[in-house]
Amino acid sequence: MSTLAHDGTAMLGRQLLRVRNNPALAILTQTMPITMLLFFGYVFGSALAMPGAEYRAFLVPGLLVATAANGIMTGMFQAAQDLHRGVTDRLRTLPVSRAAVPLGQALADLVVTAAGTLPLLLVGLAVGWRVEGSAAAVLGAVGLLLLFRFACTWVGILLGLLSRSEEAAGQLGSATFMLPLLSNAYIPTDNLPGRLRTLAEWNPISAVTTALRDLFGNASVPEGAAWPVRHPVAGSLAWCAVLIAVFLPLAVRRYAGAGR
Amino acid sequence: MTTTYGVLSEGLEKRFGEVRALRGLDLAVPQGTVCGVLGPNGAGKTTAVRLLTTLLRPDAGSARVAGHDLVREAPAVRRAIGVTGQDVSLDGDLTGRQNLRLFARLHRVRGPAERAADLLDRFGLTEAADRPSSTYSGGMRRRLDLAASLIRRPAVLFLDEPTTGLDPTSRTGIWEAVRELKQDGTTVLLTTQYLEEADRLADDIALVDRGRVAHTGSPRHLKALIGSYAEAVVADPDALTRAAGVLDRLTGAQPSFDHARGAVGAVTRDGTLTLPRLVRELDAAGVPLLDASLRPPTLDEVFLRLTADRDDREVAA
Repeated sequence: MSTLAHDGTAMLGRQLLRVRNNPALAILTQTMPITMLLFFGYVFGSALAMPGAEYRAFLVPGLLVATAANGIMTGMFQAAQDLHRGVTDRLRTLPVSRAAVPLGQALADLVVTAAGTLPLLLVGLAVGWRVEGSAAAVLGAVGLLLLFRFACTWVGILLGLLSRSEEAAGQLGSATFMLPLLSNAYIPTDNLPGRLRTLAEWNPISAVTTALRDLFGNASVPEGAAWPVRHPVAGSLAWCAVLIAVFLPLAVRRYAGAGR
Repeated sequence: MTTTYGVLSEGLEKRFGEVRALRGLDLAVPQGTVCGVLGPNGAGKTTAVRLLTTLLRPDAGSARVAGHDLVREAPAVRRAIGVTGQDVSLDGDLTGRQNLRLFARLHRVRGPAERAADLLDRFGLTEAADRPSSTYSGGMRRRLDLAASLIRRPAVLFLDEPTTGLDPTSRTGIWEAVRELKQDGTTVLLTTQYLEEADRLADDIALVDRGRVAHTGSPRHLKALIGSYAEAVVADPDALTRAAGVLDRLTGAQPSFDHARGAVGAVTRDGTLTLPRLVRELDAAGVPLLDASLRPPTLDEVFLRLTADRDDREVAA
């Protein structure tokens, strides 16, 4: 077995144990969207022109993607915690593949996310969300969601490794909940004023959310939107490819050389 | 026979922005010996350890650790060393056992579970093995950390202030472990602020000051640099001045008084001064002597003196 595979598997195991022993962050980030679904769906939903049930069905894919974007926060917390508590340095004195530690973290995060997303799907189904796409389309949607989570986690890992303190990472991480606010995750972007609409539609969250709505058969692709939203699957894949191509190598490099 | 070195560094330099943390560090630690690196805060002890354990890259100079070049053969260095430090730590969310198993897997030890169980037992952590290590006391955490460093017997073990903040029992436990490791042939580089610790454990001491090794040698050698301390305890406070006169004549050094104990003492570099002669001279001067001693200085005294010398030089410069 190659060094990276062996060490990566060991580090993946460590991350899973870490979440199992101390599940507070994982539980919080996975139950928050359920609260938001009920709150937005019933409270805000009553004030919107769109009928409540229709809005809740619109909201579920948006919340799935917003939750995936939390990978930035989780990745940042975990990387900053390891860095500032000396765990990163301890691991760096071991004969361990340099990519294995962040890779183990990102892969373990995927496992946790995959399991943690189920409750949101079930509550979504209970409040009127339906899956109308083909089995292949649904699988594609799940794959896309996980790929996006993976990409976001690498953004978080790099930011965590660059953080000055655990507290600073915590504050910046918490601020990432704003990212889905300027996207089509919670509201349609059609009626936004010009520049704001462009900005929202170039938000990677918008492309992935539109792709999910399309693949699950919840809503058709909006006309006249920016390119990544008009071609949501290609747009999402492109966004994920860019994020991973930029942030993965930077994070690995930073991990290998932190403080040198 | 040529000496092989566990750690051999020449002219190591490291700068952080404007601060020159290391300014040409030369260290030679023969294999199987314990080297105590002593120095005030900010002297560069921790930077030296971080360089020698591959966490930092030197700006200049070179070093070999366990025979491998620090920069060009960093992975081989990492395979050969164990590190227990102040600012490096295990995962507090994992239990003691989980931490050791992880390290055993990363070191590719056969039977990681058994190895972890052995070490937990050896360091008296079996009972706490399945609790998150963040709930451990300082002493337990340090023992676990040391156990993790010994997963695969390291050729060179780095201990960065291993007993800082520990109670005396835990400290003694760590000392025992270091002695055992030395007997097994492990080279140990130990930084400490406790001179007693260096005195007890180290074969050689490197006194680091301002990023350089200011003095090096065995504890005995460093003490000889300072000389011995001659002291007289007298029954009558009025006799102190007379005793001081005798000490002044014998040692040529300025005596210092401890009025509370009725004692007066002075440092001597004169190797021919013996305790019988000291007692005879004091007695001949009519000093009502209760106690007299001629002992090597403590490392604390060495330390204060050698760093004070530097301050004097700097004032002079």
